[in-house]
Amino acid sequence: MPTHAAKPFDSEALRSDFPILKTKTKGGPLAYFDSAATAQKPSSVIEAIHRFYSQENASIHRGIYDLASEATLAYEKARETLAQFINAQASHELTFVRGTTEGINLIAQTWGRQNLKAGDTLLLTRMEHHANIVPWQLLAEEKGFNIEVVPVNPAGELEMDAFETLLKEHPVKLVALTHVSNALGTINPVKDIVKKAHAAGALVLLDGAQAIPHFRVDVQDLDCDFYAFSGHKLFGPTGIGCIWAREEIWKPLPPYQGGGAMIQRVSFEGTTYQDAPVRYEAGTPHIAGALGMTAVVDYLTQWDASSLEAHEHKLLEYATAKLQEVPTLKIIGTAKEKVSVISFVMDAAHPHDLATILNEEGVAIRAGHHCCMPLMRHFGVAGTARASFAFYNTEAEVDRLVTGLHKAKDLFNV
Amino acid sequence: MSELSEIYQEIILDHNKRPRNFGELPESTCSADGHNPLCGDELTIYVIVDGDTVCDIRFEGQGCAISKASASLMTLKVKGKPLAEVKEAILEVCDMLTAQEEPADLDALGDLAALSGVRQFPMRIKCATLAWHTLKAALEGNTKTTTE
Repeated sequence: MPTHAAKPFDSEALRSDFPILKTKTKGGPLAYFDSAATAQKPSSVIEAIHRFYSQENASIHRGIYDLASEATLAYEKARETLAQFINAQASHELTFVRGTTEGINLIAQTWGRQNLKAGDTLLLTRMEHHANIVPWQLLAEEKGFNIEVVPVNPAGELEMDAFETLLKEHPVKLVALTHVSNALGTINPVKDIVKKAHAAGALVLLDGAQAIPHFRVDVQDLDCDFYAFSGHKLFGPTGIGCIWAREEIWKPLPPYQGGGAMIQRVSFEGTTYQDAPVRYEAGTPHIAGALGMTAVVDYLTQWDASSLEAHEHKLLEYATAKLQEVPTLKIIGTAKEKVSVISFVMDAAHPHDLATILNEEGVAIRAGHHCCMPLMRHFGVAGTARASFAFYNTEAEVDRLVTGLHKAKDLFNV
Repeated sequence: MSELSEIYQEIILDHNKRPRNFGELPESTCSADGHNPLCGDELTIYVIVDGDTVCDIRFEGQGCAISKASASLMTLKVKGKPLAEVKEAILEVCDMLTAQEEPADLDALGDLAALSGVRQFPMRIKCATLAWHTLKAALEGNTKTTTE
């Protein structure tokens, strides 16, 4: 991690680091508002991956030759860099996975399989991504434990009274929830939730996929038990992510996938396994992806995080005000604490039609249920249009979004 | 905006705003629910088949302009038609929407030709085919179908 003083927010400099922002679409510049689906990548990340495959490629943990030993060191350096980035106590608390989805599945199939049984309750929330619902349903079908759901209020915030009641009335073993809602942008009061869950004897898993791209995460400060996030939403490569848990939680857990690297000794009489994290990294991992993640952290830590956050917050306020001026537009998700994500519907046009019309303007937004069908049902919609911002977005781009929405309204003549 | 006017032709906008044969058909002899898992859109097609004829057809549900207009246009096309002709129309429209080549004779399709603009929007083709797949499912005695 660089030790020099972090640079304050500088839109032009930041934008010039992301080559895709220079591409043209529909004859004009791309206005990319789908960073919640996947964020764009700075040149340094792209170059790190290119460099690995063109100059450094070798498999890790086994080869004796220089390339292999350097690749091993670089891979473990990536683990250390990411562990520091989320302020984990030790780098071996962090396991590389394919992404948040695999991280949650891993915990369900190891910690969940070992600890959740008939009579136990798992607490989820109404605003979970399918990736934090379905892995638990699959396990519950087999184990017979109970799943309870924390409701959401009309603003798209968790109903904390109901959360406390559920904690009191059920033998809750685990609370698994999203740190930030991908569909609404709501930032959940996770520190308070962790405190209350721990007091009730439950552990807490946080889905951090949508939080970590917007603000710095400190797992020790949060005091949670599991934290999952994806590389590609954090301006890094696809196919890599992390699942963090404290050492004492990893220790008694059984293996997840079997294969090479995760073993100590294999025999037909019985096989023994490595400890975490290697225990959970069977097969050749995404080495280039891990190196890409080192480049991400190096990139992000060059910048003063609070100044990037402040820019995103300003953008959120600006866009919220502008969108509210569009006739028949309704914002879904008006929580007090939000990251720069805005979900909306318009009487005039279905989200899919909006996305098509905006695409013609070179504006990329997301339309659909955002893998949050239970949350969509709560709001009585099949889906929403969603504009999600990152620090590289600008007010001028938001203006193009708004112009496009006015065009949509005119086209559908409402 | 030239491509936009291809996909959102007047006929499409009109059928989106004033869908024909919209609503439930309680005395239907067969029906099916169609679902597009990509976007969550759902629609139900109700049909009254008497002998070899599709006597009546209605649809309901929520969806984008393309899926609504496609369903609305479909009801007009197949209502009162012999089953064999309806099945032919389903094949014809799905072919028009998914074939590599643009159909030679769009005029033969009448108002349905308005759907051909969707061909230039690969991500929207399933919106247009949903109603037709659902009608096919209903006529084949299936009660559920998806675009996947």
